[in-house]
Amino acid sequence: MTNTDSNRWRTIDIVIAAVLGVAFGIIFWAWGLLWNGPADAIPLPGRAAIYGVWLVPAVLGGLIIRKPGAAFFTLTVAALVSVALGSSWGWTLVIQGPLEAAAAELAFAAFGYRVFRLPVALLAATLAGLAAALYDVFIWYPDTAWGSFRLPYILITAVSSLVIAGLGSVALTRALARTGVLDRFPAGRERAAI
Amino acid sequence: MGAVEVRGFGWRHAGRKAWAVRGVDLRIEAGERVLLLGPSGAGKSTLLAALAGLLPEDSGEQEGTVEIDGLDPRKDRERVGIVFQDPETQLVMARSGDDVAFGLENRGVPAGEIWPRVDEALRRVGFPYDRDRPTAALSGGEQQRLALAGALALRPGLLLLDEPTANLDPAGADLVRRAVAGALSADTTLILVEHRVAEALPLVDRVVVLEPGGGVRADGPPEAVFAAHGEALAAEGVWVPGRTIPPRHATTPPGEELLTADRLGLPPRLAPTDLRVRAGEALAVLGPNGVGKSTLALLLGGLLRPGVGRVTATAALAGADDRTPPHRWRAPALTRRIGSVFQDPEHQFVTATVFDELALGPRRTGQSEPAVRATVDALLDRLRLTRLAGANPYTLSGGEARRLSVATALATAPRLLICDEPTFGQDRRTWRELLDLFADLRDAGHAVVTVTHDADFVAALADRTVTLNRRPDPAGGDSGRRP
Amino acid sequence: MISLEPVAAPGAPLARRNPVAKLAAALVFSAVLVATLDPVAPAIAIAVELAVLPLFGIRYRVLARRALPLLAAAAGIVVTLVLFAADRSGRVLLDAGPLLVTSGVLLTALGLVLRMFAVALPGVIVFATTDPTDLADALVQNAKAPARFAIGTLAAFRLVPLLGQEWQMIEMARRARGVDAGRNPVAKLRLFVSTAFALLVGAIRRGTRLAVAMDARGFDAGTPRTFARRQRFGVADGLLVAGAAVLGSAAIAVSVALGTFRPLIG
Ligand SMILES: Nc1ncnc2c1ncn2[C@@H]1O[C@H](COP(=O)(O)OP(=O)(O)OP(=O)(O)O)[C@@H](O)[C@H]1O
Ligand SMILES: Nc1ncnc2c1ncn2[C@@H]1O[C@H](COP(=O)(O)OP(=O)(O)OP(=O)(O)O)[C@@H](O)[C@H]1O
Ligand SMILES: [Mg+2]
Ligand SMILES: [Mg+2]
Repeated sequence: MTNTDSNRWRTIDIVIAAVLGVAFGIIFWAWGLLWNGPADAIPLPGRAAIYGVWLVPAVLGGLIIRKPGAAFFTLTVAALVSVALGSSWGWTLVIQGPLEAAAAELAFAAFGYRVFRLPVALLAATLAGLAAALYDVFIWYPDTAWGSFRLPYILITAVSSLVIAGLGSVALTRALARTGVLDRFPAGRERAAI
Repeated sequence: MGAVEVRGFGWRHAGRKAWAVRGVDLRIEAGERVLLLGPSGAGKSTLLAALAGLLPEDSGEQEGTVEIDGLDPRKDRERVGIVFQDPETQLVMARSGDDVAFGLENRGVPAGEIWPRVDEALRRVGFPYDRDRPTAALSGGEQQRLALAGALALRPGLLLLDEPTANLDPAGADLVRRAVAGALSADTTLILVEHRVAEALPLVDRVVVLEPGGGVRADGPPEAVFAAHGEALAAEGVWVPGRTIPPRHATTPPGEELLTADRLGLPPRLAPTDLRVRAGEALAVLGPNGVGKSTLALLLGGLLRPGVGRVTATAALAGADDRTPPHRWRAPALTRRIGSVFQDPEHQFVTATVFDELALGPRRTGQSEPAVRATVDALLDRLRLTRLAGANPYTLSGGEARRLSVATALATAPRLLICDEPTFGQDRRTWRELLDLFADLRDAGHAVVTVTHDADFVAALADRTVTLNRRPDPAGGDSGRRP
Repeated sequence: MISLEPVAAPGAPLARRNPVAKLAAALVFSAVLVATLDPVAPAIAIAVELAVLPLFGIRYRVLARRALPLLAAAAGIVVTLVLFAADRSGRVLLDAGPLLVTSGVLLTALGLVLRMFAVALPGVIVFATTDPTDLADALVQNAKAPARFAIGTLAAFRLVPLLGQEWQMIEMARRARGVDAGRNPVAKLRLFVSTAFALLVGAIRRGTRLAVAMDARGFDAGTPRTFARRQRFGVADGLLVAGAAVLGSAAIAVSVALGTFRPLIG
């Protein structure tokens, strides 16, 4: 029960990672409506500027849970939930979600799951963004031109991911820590006693 | 099985300077039935959590030891079953039967034994539906029963119950108590936390009173404890049986009308109801679980849009706004006129500290900062929350959270106060303070509407009662003045 | 709208199959299809999917409603290709300044849109016929998924319908305390964001308590779990997966035979 192995997932780690995944699954569902609705006014690749939202759970999960597999698990659950709710990419996210998630996981693994500072978060976000963009251009937009579409698309997605998923997740983690709900996680443990 | 040994136990929650409990020495033999008492915030819920092994080492600091049958409950939870203060947070699965089976599966009970044990547990607590009933479709009382079944199915040696009947209507509370009595086998140890001592006494043979500062104040058979310490305990906030609190009824007849509801309803949650609220009177709304009392409170409070019928505010309450219904008022105007206290205090909190929580309303209504500070300090003092001003509202004990939620509604001094179950889970001292607070408001010309299952509170405060019934009542619910 | 309950007739022969089998069949079937860019193979696959629908007990109207959002993504694909296609061979259909639409472009777009439907529909079918509890049970029992993760996720999933109620509660709580946005759109947006944040905080708080409740009932005790609800993976389930693989490959084979096949890579 009281396992000292800090890499072992506690029940609370599993449930909170899943809750984050479920919450973002719902956000994805709503975001998809926006992406294909009003945001359609900005055609791709410009629209990729808001792509980063799809990658937030990976970085956020990694930053909060701080266990091996957290980034992967959180984004995978989010992708699956959005599929279950009916996303416009449907079943294909079952492959794409874990792929992006694995890319983000790579960044945390590279630092041995010991460093959870801003640069690592930014790296995780960028890797996830790159993975997502590469998948898109090969699977969804084959036959498009590299110069006018593919390269700008990949670049814009990576930057959007860096800003929204990277910086955004760090800011969100801090905001959540301030409310006290992360008290049982290392991310929430730097507050004064009352 | 189920002997408890607590030695010098203390626990301090992470982020707090004060100990939640401290210096508790206690030995409970297998098969004993213990009522755990103590004023609000004394640490009863914390002690139960410790006995169930549910205080994670990383969430606070511990002193002393807790052992169940000689084992650390954190490592060995086989023996303990617990039902929390709030059953809703306790249900895990989507179907009722699966939820009861959840604990059995975790403990590796052979598959063939699981369903018979589930059915038996459901039968024992009088669960009225079959196993496939979705847990999301259960009323508060039914959830409480299901949570109890989940604990009983494990056949625990030690059963811990934290206010298992708060929020239940009297008939439901009686049923749950009988279910507990009938479900215990001779060697099951029971530790029960319940403020309303009189109702709990038939279930127990020993009373332990926690001292807020630390240690055990009194311990022994109920009669002996109350005979020896009755006076002092009552003063500290323990509900000592036989000591009533003098009622406070209105001394003057009610004044002008403030709010009327005509055929007000929200199908299927609330059937059409008529109601009028006058200044200077305390009105109590009664009725069984699930009949729509809380829905009515929210409708009257201008927080929900009526499905049918309407709410009309008179000029005495609404000033120039008397032509628009309350649910269309701007929020700052609403909060100056009508204060609402929700049934679940946590649903009401919107800021990160107790102080901000109290300051929010006054700030939104445009008070100056010194005035806000003065209002907040006075309320903190009156409801004994000063020590907790910097605490996060969600870390408060059940009673503290309830006091805070009442205080937030009072902060803008609304003419009409609507409270949903203000007294549940309250110790005697807070109960009495709430009674005085509401009575003072009423005597000063405010109107107080309380939704409640607490018959004592109704008897002590209400000038008039309205009872909602299961079936739509063509004549409406208004019962006229109390004799 | 968000709906989670299975919508199929529960007795339908294929709806009753093991959830893992359904999942695997859908995965196999769509993985095969991702490999091609031509319109023929996906068209055959969609025909197959529509043909087996009654066996899953789903009415066509229900499927149409669930598949509606896919149209939006399809439109996005067409627009992107029309604007950025690298290869603009074929007959010129429209030439308006920078916009050059050729038959080749439209054929590629058609292929991609059909493929997207062909790949997405199996997912719709699986989730429309599967109860989340059964899925988690089957994943643990038949696919050797880690029990703690599957059950933990299932417990979190139960919060989905509760979040809608919670949103309403937060709005009421704020209004009761004098917080509203009035008609100012900026204030509205800020209130929306802060309500969403409060919802996330509330969900995490609920999750924390849920984890405690699960531990209280021995979730993390280390005892091997038993299963109250047995999920079996039988011959019929194996056949379902095999059938999906055969049908998927058959669609490709027909396309190859007709000479229309265009592999994704190459
Ligand atoms: N999670 C927590 N974090 C910080 N402090 C807490 C937490 N839970 C309880 N406390 C504090 O510990 C003290 C004891 O709380 P506890 O809930 O045990 O009281 P209680 O005796 O059950 O009271 P009540 O009768 O009001 O339910 C209180 O002052 C409370 O504010
Ligand atoms: N947000 C909601 N959406 C749909 N139905 C609801 C909602 N809240 C409550 N209900 C249902 O409406 C009915 C009335 O609920 P309400 O909470 O008003 O009852 P109550 O009289 O306050 O009960 P209690 O004494 O248990 O507090 C119940 O059957 C309940 O299940
Ligand atoms: Mg308590
Ligand atoms: Mg109620």
